[in-house]
Amino acid sequence: MGTENVDLEDEVLARIERQRKLRPRFRDERVTMAHGAGGKATHTLVEGLFARAFANEALAELNDAAQIEIAGARLALTTDGFVVKPLRFPGGSIGELAINGTVNDLAVSGAEPIAVAAAFIVEEGLDADVLRAETEAMAEAARAAGVSVVTGDTKVVERNKADGMYITTTGLGVRRSEVALSGQSIRPGDVVLCSGFIGDHGMAIMLARGELDLDADIKSDTAPVWEQAAAVMDAAGDHLRVMRDPTRGGVATVLNELALDADLGIVLDEASVPVHPAVQGACEILGIDPMYVANEGKLLAVVGPDRAEAALAALQTAPGGEHACLVGAVAEEPQGMVLVRTGFGGTRIMDMLIGDPLPRIC
Amino acid sequence: MKYVDEYRDAELARTLGSEITALAEPGRHYKVMEVCGGHTHTIYKHGIEDHLPESVELVHGPGCPVCVIPMGRVDDGISIARQPNVIFTCFGDMMRVPGGNGSLLDVKAEGADVRFVYSPLDALKIARNNPDKEVVFFAIGFETTAPSTALTLMRAKAEKLRNFSVMCNHVTIVPPLMALLESPDLRLDAFIGPGHVSTVIGCRPYEFIPADYGQPVVVAGFEPLDLLQSIYMIMRQLAEGRNEVENQYGRVVPWEGNLRALDILQRVFELRPYFEWRGLGFISQSALKLSQEYADFDAELRWEIPGVRVADPKACQCGEVLKGVIKPWECKVFGTACTPETPIGTCMVSSEGACAAYYNFGRFARSKERAGA
Repeated sequence: MGTENVDLEDEVLARIERQRKLRPRFRDERVTMAHGAGGKATHTLVEGLFARAFANEALAELNDAAQIEIAGARLALTTDGFVVKPLRFPGGSIGELAINGTVNDLAVSGAEPIAVAAAFIVEEGLDADVLRAETEAMAEAARAAGVSVVTGDTKVVERNKADGMYITTTGLGVRRSEVALSGQSIRPGDVVLCSGFIGDHGMAIMLARGELDLDADIKSDTAPVWEQAAAVMDAAGDHLRVMRDPTRGGVATVLNELALDADLGIVLDEASVPVHPAVQGACEILGIDPMYVANEGKLLAVVGPDRAEAALAALQTAPGGEHACLVGAVAEEPQGMVLVRTGFGGTRIMDMLIGDPLPRIC
Repeated sequence: MKYVDEYRDAELARTLGSEITALAEPGRHYKVMEVCGGHTHTIYKHGIEDHLPESVELVHGPGCPVCVIPMGRVDDGISIARQPNVIFTCFGDMMRVPGGNGSLLDVKAEGADVRFVYSPLDALKIARNNPDKEVVFFAIGFETTAPSTALTLMRAKAEKLRNFSVMCNHVTIVPPLMALLESPDLRLDAFIGPGHVSTVIGCRPYEFIPADYGQPVVVAGFEPLDLLQSIYMIMRQLAEGRNEVENQYGRVVPWEGNLRALDILQRVFELRPYFEWRGLGFISQSALKLSQEYADFDAELRWEIPGVRVADPKACQCGEVLKGVIKPWECKVFGTACTPETPIGTCMVSSEGACAAYYNFGRFARSKERAGA
């Protein structure tokens, strides 16, 4: 290949790079299911529409929870809507998710969950026992997570408008760490820790919907992760860079976001990521990569190499963290991308989730 | 996982990789096309190229059934989906493919009842459960999926289901291969034959490739070791100066194919005189439509569809990319008019298409290449 050609190729690549770095704009004519799936389309909607319209310092970080300071108190604030179908599934229900999902967004932001506000949108005709059961499930989950549900709102909509019920919860937490946790603080040589088996929640929902003639013993992993997060914070101190909970879009999407934030590469060792055989098998049959499947009780932490072992040990002794392990490391290259070392001895680039492989899961 | 891990052993892969390297003639560059989209997926997923020497290049072929559907057919499907009282069903990955003006996902957002199914039989179930609705199945795929559409139609006929029809986009594998081979500027050395298609049609239909064009074909399975072994078999043929059809996937593919499935295809379908392929243009006798016996179930006869042809922009050079004549970045519209968000040609539609992969990861491939140099 001549020099002229090589230069042209570089030029084309540079043009793509420039386009990629432009802040996304939301140009779609209509909202599609992909906009809610947590992948590229969601990213475009949030950054291109919401972040532009509401522009402010706390929002600009686009973290799981906003970091705010009021009269010297360092707080974290987050909100999340729950539209899962079916309402009950092996391992949990919408009520439990509504608490855990929100407290986990606080926990991975380094904040101890304190209080939750809940809004219920309930469909006309819903069996009151279902509402009672979900309220009880929320109360139980709140007790387990150490938070109080301190305020709320109720709306009822006409039949067939809300799949039984939707719940929105807002969580308030107190930031424990002095360290500002952010994807941008990641450095080459840092390690990535994963707190346990991935893909359970998404696959449990998929199978619970009964649309597939597939039966497997898979339970949602919905659980609070605050104790795990606190353990990692204590053990890693200011060597802790960032924590995330890999919900919609899964581990793959979180790691891509971090790689982009840091403009560094994340190298993931596929064989070291824990996946239950039943989840692996169901994914294999359905042609889904467990890395893209949602979790509701896991955290990913990026820790400086000096405290990596201590942080892993602390995570493994925290409740629910028994199967935690080191799954990858941060490198200079490939910039802004996630490179997977496959069990087969090869490599591949793991992209963000495109489109919507799974129905409503949280 | 049992029966799977055995085909994903890294140690065996390294051994095969070095045997392939040993067979490669110094100074010679090998271009091997994997025809099937499923193979492309395995190659990416497991990083098979890392086990190959630099002189062996895999060219991703036209065998992704979703990507080859031309925009006009998507538009025709959309026009049916927009009809009142219609439930339009298709495979999930078809929903995102853009037509001339939006995708099925967009029409769903507009309010049309578009549902994705895992099997045409699920579409039939929807038809049974919704007797007051018209249920249409948008059938795609090569000879691999055509028998299941055929069986579904046979069942619909037996049950006398009047509210079910199929918009048939089934295509056949041999004509596009022939079209590729016929082009004077082709730069390929051998083919990895599609495993799943071959479970139906067998290995015999590929015999013209070594006979008329002097190129080896090895029908391969879908696990990573299957692919590496088939590349090894190709390299041996090339080293020994043989051109044959070989079957690496003997545990699934009978040489003669599945005669019962072929018989069913004969009954339910007939060849279209020609069909348009995204990026490849019109190819004669390359697709199936419902036979006279099943015409009552033909959505194209039941509904008035515009049948408008949305021309692939002239500048699109998918054909040349597929033939290995140019690299994706050398195409005139690559990265400007044609991007993964607004794909023009087949190579950009699927994330595993040659152009989409290069658009997303080319930077990385290039820095790896430089590091190696």
